Order: sequence, then C-alpha cells, then structure tokens
Amino acid sequence: MNMMSNTETGFADLLKNGQTLSQFRADIAARTKATGCYNGLEKLELRESDPIGYEKLFSKLRGGLVHARETAKKIAASPIVEQEGELCFTLYNAVGDCILTSTGIIIHVGTMGAAIKYMIENNWEANPGIAPGDMFTNNDCSIGNVHPCDIATIVPIFHDGRLIGWVGGVTHVIDTGAVTPGSMSTGQTQRFGDGYMITCRKTGVNDTPLRDWLHESQRSVRTPKYWILDEKTRIAGCHMIRELVEEVIAADGIENYEKFAYEVIEEGRRGLMMRIKDMTMPGVYRKVAFVDVPYSHPDIQVSNAFAKLDTIMHSPCEMTIKKDGKWRLDFEGASRWGWHTFNAHQVAFTSGIWVMMCQTLVPTQRINDGAYYATEFHLPKGAWCNPDDRRTGHAYAWHFLVSGWSALWRGLSQAYFSRGYLEEVNAGNANTSNWLQGGGINQDGEIHAVNSFEASSCGTGACAVKDGLNHAAAIWNPEGDMGDIEIWEMAEPLLYLGRNVKANSGGYGKYRGGCGFETLRMVWNAQDWTMFFMGNGYMNSDWGLMGGYPSATGYRFEAHKTGLERRIAKGEALPLGADLDPGKAVYEQSIDQTAIVKRDNQCMTTEDCYDNHDLYLNYLRGGPGFGDPIDRDIKAIAKDLNEKFLLPEFAEKVYAVVISQDAKGVWSVDEAKTKARRAAFRKERIARSVPTREWMKEERSRIINKHAIAAVRHMYSTSFSLSEKFLSKFKSFWDLPADWELPESELGVPCYGSKYRMDLSLMPDVRTIVQVEE
Amino acid sequence: MSTYNKEQVAHLAEGTLDWETTFRMLSMPKDKARFSMYLEALQKKVTFPDRIVLPLGPHMYIVQSAKTKQWVTQCDCGHVFCGYKENWKMFANIYVRDTEEAMADVYPTLMAPDTKWQVYREYYCPSCGTMHDVEAPTPWYPVIHDFEPDIETFYKEWVGLPVPERAA
Repeated sequence: MNMMSNTETGFADLLKNGQTLSQFRADIAARTKATGCYNGLEKLELRESDPIGYEKLFSKLRGGLVHARETAKKIAASPIVEQEGELCFTLYNAVGDCILTSTGIIIHVGTMGAAIKYMIENNWEANPGIAPGDMFTNNDCSIGNVHPCDIATIVPIFHDGRLIGWVGGVTHVIDTGAVTPGSMSTGQTQRFGDGYMITCRKTGVNDTPLRDWLHESQRSVRTPKYWILDEKTRIAGCHMIRELVEEVIAADGIENYEKFAYEVIEEGRRGLMMRIKDMTMPGVYRKVAFVDVPYSHPDIQVSNAFAKLDTIMHSPCEMTIKKDGKWRLDFEGASRWGWHTFNAHQVAFTSGIWVMMCQTLVPTQRINDGAYYATEFHLPKGAWCNPDDRRTGHAYAWHFLVSGWSALWRGLSQAYFSRGYLEEVNAGNANTSNWLQGGGINQDGEIHAVNSFEASSCGTGACAVKDGLNHAAAIWNPEGDMGDIEIWEMAEPLLYLGRNVKANSGGYGKYRGGCGFETLRMVWNAQDWTMFFMGNGYMNSDWGLMGGYPSATGYRFEAHKTGLERRIAKGEALPLGADLDPGKAVYEQSIDQTAIVKRDNQCMTTEDCYDNHDLYLNYLRGGPGFGDPIDRDIKAIAKDLNEKFLLPEFAEKVYAVVISQDAKGVWSVDEAKTKARRAAFRKERIARSVPTREWMKEERSRIINKHAIAAVRHMYSTSFSLSEKFLSKFKSFWDLPADWELPESELGVPCYGSKYRMDLSLMPDVRTIVQVEE
Repeated sequence: MSTYNKEQVAHLAEGTLDWETTFRMLSMPKDKARFSMYLEALQKKVTFPDRIVLPLGPHMYIVQSAKTKQWVTQCDCGHVFCGYKENWKMFANIYVRDTEEAMADVYPTLMAPDTKWQVYREYYCPSCGTMHDVEAPTPWYPVIHDFEPDIETFYKEWVGLPVPERAA
C-alpha cells in the first residue's frame, strides 16, 4: 500500500525486464568487453541456424530503409534533400546501436545513435518519458551531431508495449537560424551563434508534432517552408520504417527480429575485420592533413576579437592494421579546437568515417555499428575532433573532416597498392568547397537563405590505373550530384553565366585527379542580399600520392558595381563561361573598369553585401593526383589540353612534354622530343635538389629561430599543448635543445581557450557519452 | 570470387587493362592470388636482379638484395635508398617549393598554396630523378615515415606465402 509504484519512482520499465535502458546498455557493453564480440555473441545463432531467413530479414529491412528514403525525399522542397539526397534513415536496436541504414549521408549511423544513447544515459524514460507515438528531435553538436543543419527525427519502436528499437531520419536543412544565413555559416565563432539547437527534445506525441514545436521551430529559422517540408520528410520516412518493422515482426516473429537486431551488428564487426584482411596489409601507416583558418583578414567579420587570428588545423593520423584485422586510428598530435565553426564532435569523426569507408573498404549494404566495434579510435580530448569545451561552434565541421580523413584514403591506398589491388587506390578527395551561402529577400519577395550543394560534385582523387573523375562526387555523400541549373535558379536568386570544368584544378600525376568545376553566378531580382565564401585558399588539404601532386588550392572572385545591368540592356559583351586562367582576369574585361573586384586566396569570408548584377564565382575543387607526372601518357596530356582541362604552360612545366598547336587550334604532343625533354627534366630535378639530411639542417635552424608565420606557429603550439608525445617526437626529430618550447603566450595573438575550458560533462545532471579513447 | 590470369594482372600493373575487367575487379570480392601474380608481373618489368618482396610505389620496392639477401628499399633504376625498416625519404634528394616563384611552375596564379602556410617537399631518386613522393605540409613538419609494413605476418598469415629469406 505504502510502496511507490513505477510511476512515482520514475522507472518506466520500457524493456519489461526490470532494467532501465542504461542498465541494459551497460550489460551489452560488459558482454562485448568480456568476449570481444558484440553483446557477447560468439555464436550467431539465427544466422547459423537459418541463413536464408537471416538474409531475407536483412533484405526486407535494408530494402525498406532505402525505399523509405527514396519515397520520403519527394516530400521535401529543398534541393539539398530532393536533388542532392542529403538525407538518411537508420534503424537502431533498443540501446541505439545501428542495425542497418539507408543510402545517403550515412555519417548519421552514429550521430543519431549518439542522441539515442544520450537519452538513455540521461534517463529520458523517466522525464520526458518515451512512449509509442513519440517523436524526438535532435541537432545538438555537443552530443554527437556533425553540424546543426543536420536535423534528426527519432521515433521509438514498441512491440506489445515493449521498446524494441528506434528509427531515425535526418535531413540537411537550408538554414538553422544561425548568426548568418545558409546552413553552414562562418559568421559565428561559438555554439551560441550556430543557430537553433535542439537537444533530443520531445517534439511529437501520438505521431503528431506538438504545436509549440511547430510554432517555435519555424520562426527560429529563415526558411520555414523548407524547414517544415523537411520535417514532414523525416517523419514520413520514420513512420514508413516503423511500419516495416511491424510487418517484419508479424511475418518473422519478434524473437527472430530481436536476434537479428543484435547479430547483424556482430556480423558487421566481423565483416570489417574480414574486409581489412582481404584488402589491406598489416603494419603502421602515417599520414597528415592540414587546412587553413584565415580569420585575421578584414573580410572575416566576427563579433569576438579573440577569434581574429590565423591558424591551421592539423590532423596527423597513425593507422595501425593489426594481425587479426582490427585497426586503430590514432590522431595524437591533432591541433586544439578553435573559435570558428570547424570543430567536430568525436562521434562526427568516428561515425563519419564510414561514409568514406563505404566508398572504399566496405562498399556493401552492411553498414552498421559493427564496424565501430572493430575499430579503436584515439582522439585526444581537447582536439578539434574531440573538443573539451561546451562553447565550440560546429556549423561547418566538414571543413576539416573531409581533409582529416584524406590521410585515411592515402593510408588505405598504400595498402591496396602494395597488395596489388591497384583498382582500389584513391589518392584522396577534393576539399569539397567552395560553399556558396548567403541570404536576404529572394526573387519571390521572401526572407530566404541559400546553401549551394554544387560542392557535392568535386573532382575525385586519381586511382593507380586511371584518372580521378571530373566534377563527380563528394566524400560526404556517396551519391554526389551537382544538381540542375534550372533547379538552383529557382532556389536561389542567382543566374548562371557559366558552368565549366575548372582547368588545372585536379592534381597532376601519372594519373591526374579529377577536375572540379566553376559556376559564375549573377545576383538577380534579390533585395538586401548577402553572400560569403567558405573553403580552402592558402593551403590545399589533400596531398597527392606516390609522386602525384595535390590538387590546386581555392581562390575567390567577386565583383560589385559591375555595370552589367547597363551592358545587358545595350547588348554589350558579358563575362560568360570559364575563368580559364585566373591570372589573366578575363571576367574583368567584360565589366565596368570601375567595378570593385576581389580576386585573391581569401576563401573564407563572412556575410557581405551584394547588389543585383554583382558576380560570384563558385569554384568547386579538384582531386589529388597519383604517380610521377612525367610518367603520364602523352595522349592523355593532349586530350586534357584540347578539352581545356590543362593550360599549355603547365603541360610543359609539370608534365615535361613538347607540344604544338595546329592551324585549327588542336594541340598535339611530340613523342620523340618529349622523351628527350623528360630525360633532361630528370637531370634538372637532381641538380636542383639536395640530400634530405642537408636540407634538414637549414630547416632546423629556422625552427630554432622560430621563423614561420603566426598561423603555423599557432598550429604547432596548440598541438604541443595537447600532446607531450607529439612535442617530444617533434623535438627529437629535429634534435632541438631541451629547453626549446613554443608557448601560445609568446605568439602575440589572442589565446582564449588555451588554458581555461569547461567541458559539457561538467554541467549538472548531464552524462555525456564517450565512445573513443581520449 | 572472381579470378584473373597473369596476363590480366600484368595489364593492370601496366595500366592497360580493359575497363570491363577493371570494373569486375572493383565490384567483385578480391582474388587472393593477386599478390603473387602482381609480384611476378612487376618482377618481369624491372631490370634489377633482386627479388621484389613488397611494392611501395610505382617505382619503389622493398627487395631482397640478390647479393646480400638483406631487405632494402630500392628504386626501379636499381638505386638502394636504405634498409627496409628505415624511412627512405631520409636517404632521398629533396626539392622544397617554398617560394611563390617555385609554386608558379606548378599552378596558375591564385591556384597554388601560399608558401608561408604550406610548402611542397618533392623527394627524388638521386640516381634517376624519379619523383617518388610529394609532401605538402606546413613549414617545420618532420619528414614523415609513411609506412612500416608487417611483411612477415602478411606473407605467413594473410596470404599464405613463404616469407623470402632475409639476412640480418
């Protein structure tokens, strides 16, 4: 009589086994740790006893996930979702481990799982409660989301009143109500400007979105029509998949479904180890990547003086492939998070690599959390990929995720090459930028934001047997599509004056990287319009492989007060087509001499004003090259010249060929003369080079004298402060004096965050989920 | 699993394999015999008498020296860089593109990195001038030791081949 019921104690018994979700999850973790097999599943009972039934279950669920994605995306009006396919649906077991996922941006295998785990570990079952028909919404980057524009709807799945799993759907929305428009903006330097942030909030009951949520969320963003249709897309997909699970259970039984929901993860774990043994080679691989963060420039206007500094993000990767097929990815030495929007949560990193791996190591439908269980991650706490401060901004985490992972491409490609699987070699990926973003009043007179996803079709890295693909793909979406001009012109008040392959953008090599492309846009019929640039400019983030060159860096071109309105009215020449050789500034010949032009490497800017008839060049980068360029087939060089993929000057300087042009303008390469030229070129290389150890003496003296720009010194300083190991290796390699140091305090730039930081885990009543070695 | 013959693997190594077969190689499970066929194809291409133990790049191998049976890292012109466990780059020639003029030989205006932020370190064979690698780090970065393969495990346990003799 006087005992409290579950209602009073807040124990929901969702699993009907007397355990909380957290206890159930802890038991799974303990069984996994004890046996090395997910959930202690040393034997896959269902798979082994009924392999056909198991595969049928797999096919029904996977097919249903893909079907739900394809159907639901037609609800969306946003070209990002409807054209580019920036959405994904994933099915989870009761503890938030991924069973299967659809096609699309499968980085969210782990991000939505992290949100479910956050709800589990923070007792959501007691408050706000988890019931059939509920919907939860999450985009919180401090608990695992990649960036705030990836909005996830998460729906629990019950059977006979018992929680048996979850389904999540995610779409990349056009605007999140951040300080500046576009979904991945640069104008903020902290979470507090990153836009509308939702932490696993219950936003629907009885399959119906709550009215307060609908009102609040739509007025929190600039693009409510796209927002609400994206939400309907996610809800429709989640409900389709929930129904699918109900049908599968009705046909195959709950016992088989639940066995499958755990066995398939163990199968995924074993599958990755098998793939690693089948395709790679045991050993230690070391690679590194960088990207520029040029924030001291006047065109970066942020509200925090302490963010106004140049720095470089650093991602050293030591990949160890072990005898048993497990692997360890160690990023010791990574630079610290910063006052910008390029930070990434550990889950964005650990989950995200599978979107890349499904394009190389595991190109199968069996992407789930099993791969995570076969991988050891070491992400130093405090690094850009595992921040230790709850203020960090994440709006464009991809700025460095795409680059940081390029080290993995190259490591794996070394393994493929050495093993003879040359067809799998990929020199890397493009820095998938520029990101054209902005907003204002659009051609329909509405408040609007734009985020062009043309970046989903950059050049790919070269292979060991062929060139990379031109304007084809982005690492973060295996279904890359640049989108139709007509659709973009409807979505953005920006007319196309050109869309061309970008010459010289692919890295040179025996096989060159795929070329990127460029589109020249003219502002048209907009009011109070703004735009900005986002990408790499002073550095390229992807290296070539085995003698291939990195792809070209980015640059920006924008023009104001162009006189184009008058020129169009009078029928005068207009800037059209490609910016073939940026040094020749051809666009400037077809606009007013008095136009204000910015043509430079500052590819990171904040919201700037644009009038109608102003110009903006959206240059999408190329991929890196493979092999020594002087091994390149001369026919391929002639083809590149004739297709304007390569400027003649660089055919001569890089490929060392002797070329000529006939009366019709067709280029050809002289084979005999080229042979002689290349022999001479080899001698020139030897003559201009020195033994590495000789050069090291000069470089060492530059280090001792601290001769480098502040951005370089700042990068090293933040890496050193996080990692004694990295500092010690650095000093040892260069044989530096024991007292050599590089404290941030001597750099003469603001060093907020260097000493005083506060992690989310220090907030009261918060349990964060740690899924990596820190 | 698909299987391929020596001729096809030799064409792959040469870069002359037809697309249909290349596509099959990409889309089908991997053929375990590839490694030994690949070694055989490469061995036929090179002019040195040493046995290839592991290819490292288009013109670089870990080989078993015909004279000493030691494993060394070697260019396909026959130039020996170092023992197989050492970082060959430390024994190569280097050319560093750390000026705007040097970068202008590689990229058009505005499309090259700013050498104050990033330099190119081109590693050449001191004998034949082959460019084996291009590093693109910030100034001051240590020379990277890219790859330390576990050759014994790979031969013995992963592909089931006898490990070539190795003199100390």
